[in-house]
Amino acid sequence: MYEFFCNFNSISIKESKNGMSVEIIDKPMTKLNFAKSGVKDKLEKHNVKASVKNFNFYYSDTQALKNINLEIKDNTVTGIIGPSGCGKSTFLRCFNRMNDTIPQIRYEGEILIDGTNIFNSELDVVDLRRNVGMVFQKSNPFPKSIYANIAYGLKINGIKDKSFIAEKVEKSLKDAALWDEVKDRLNKSAFALSGGQQQRLCIARALAVEPDVLLLDEPASALDPIATAKIEELVHELKKNYTIIIVTHNMQQAARVSDYTAFFMMGELIEFDLTNKIFTNPTNKITEDYVTGRFG
Amino acid sequence: MINRNLQPLKKPWINSSTKDKIIHGFFFFNGLISVFVLVGIFALLVYTSIPAFKEINLTSFLTGTNWNPTSYVKEEYGIVPMLVSTFMVTIGALCIAIPLGIGTAAYLSDVAGNRTREIAKPVVEILAGIPSVVIGFLGIILVGPFLAKIFGTSNGLNALNGSVLLAVMALPTIISISEDALNSVPKNYDQASLALGASKWQTVYKVKIPAALSGIIAACMLGMGRAIGETMTVLMATGCAPAMPESFLGPVRTLTSSIAIELGEVAYNTTHYYALFALGLVLFIITFFINMVSDIILHRFEKVNR
Repeated sequence: MYEFFCNFNSISIKESKNGMSVEIIDKPMTKLNFAKSGVKDKLEKHNVKASVKNFNFYYSDTQALKNINLEIKDNTVTGIIGPSGCGKSTFLRCFNRMNDTIPQIRYEGEILIDGTNIFNSELDVVDLRRNVGMVFQKSNPFPKSIYANIAYGLKINGIKDKSFIAEKVEKSLKDAALWDEVKDRLNKSAFALSGGQQQRLCIARALAVEPDVLLLDEPASALDPIATAKIEELVHELKKNYTIIIVTHNMQQAARVSDYTAFFMMGELIEFDLTNKIFTNPTNKITEDYVTGRFG
Repeated sequence: MINRNLQPLKKPWINSSTKDKIIHGFFFFNGLISVFVLVGIFALLVYTSIPAFKEINLTSFLTGTNWNPTSYVKEEYGIVPMLVSTFMVTIGALCIAIPLGIGTAAYLSDVAGNRTREIAKPVVEILAGIPSVVIGFLGIILVGPFLAKIFGTSNGLNALNGSVLLAVMALPTIISISEDALNSVPKNYDQASLALGASKWQTVYKVKIPAALSGIIAACMLGMGRAIGETMTVLMATGCAPAMPESFLGPVRTLTSSIAIELGEVAYNTTHYYALFALGLVLFIITFFINMVSDIILHRFEKVNR
């Protein structure tokens, strides 16, 4: 089912009086993504948003990440791929220090975002997390209304102006391509939405606090192909304004959405390059074996 | 067609549909018993209360402000002082116990380390096992003199004392059940909230407590049930003057302690005797009403949250 889907560039969903119709626009993915000339030159012009330097991470005695070095560019999508347990989620959660909630963790090295080391003791982790938004693997809306879910991030940051909040809620929902589907039921429970809508709601909630960087931890792994396509389309839109790091278990997804791809294995960064390069002409043999599906 | 080869490994002594019927019957019987007992209690209370109203006017019973059933001049059966006392002591207890209880529960579930929790929670639960007589005794020798000293009254046997003690008695229930409710809030709500830049306090206050609200309300209602029905502690610690309570620093006498004090000395089958059952009926109706209201509140919250 999924393989079938992966061969197409996009699916358009139209709602009409008779119900929904799904139209598959038949353009092989590979052509579109890789045939663009000058992609590399264009991307090189982006500024460095975050850089990871000699980064090591330990869960008590186990080393989960080994000497990671990479740079993430402004307004790009960086995909992180690798087999289960390779440390990709751990790595992602370092960017907003969500790992801090786990006892007995330890890190060495630094991660700079806009030149500031996020492990700096003077940096308030609350500020960091507001600037580095995150969407989790399993959609996790609060047991509140759709409106309250999005307003939450603003309220905890001390915004009380109701009209401002209302505007922001609308804008976030529009940015997350959810507004048209929910505008008539903003006060209904978020749990009444479908899985894909809930995930887009979580994205909208993260967008509402205006982060710079957006971390997506396998955002589509629990969704059906149509909902996945919507999320991917959204990621494409969002990179105009945000720097996005996306962990995915699905290589085709990485190929479709990301500009750069990092391949992790056993806690090591095996290869990091333009997505195009990783999927067509990887330097490392292990990367090639992985992306061609020889293991994983 | 049934495949005759599919014989069970061991032939059961009873076939499964009969077994289902027996089990069904057993549970139905159990359910029936609890309903029957409840209806029975209510019926008995009503039945034994009715004779009281042959001599007492119902209006004066419900609105009278004097309770003096043993008077030689004029017997009076007004329950208002006892109703007011009961509500004062209970509400006072809840005002103390609810904030403390929820605070402790939030501390135990979100702030305390594993070790602290493992020690503190059983200790809190042991608190529930202290007999009410012991707590009443502590009220007389410890809380009473302390309150008397602070407020400069002649003795500390008053409504406030009762409230403090009942709060202590309701706390284990409130803490234990609220903590369970907070712990059962899915961890990914915390994560979502923290990832949006909420502090730990904001996460507890704005996400976890609302998400666990139905459990917390249930905890408070159970605590309240305990406080309203408690007899021995209030009997020992509140002074038990059957007069209209004046303030939290005056003696009060609750419905429960009136029944406990008078039922042992009353002559059988007198109006006074029946009137005490009527008090019991009033107490029953109050608790029934509270449970019903809390149930409605719970359902309303569930509707919003779903």
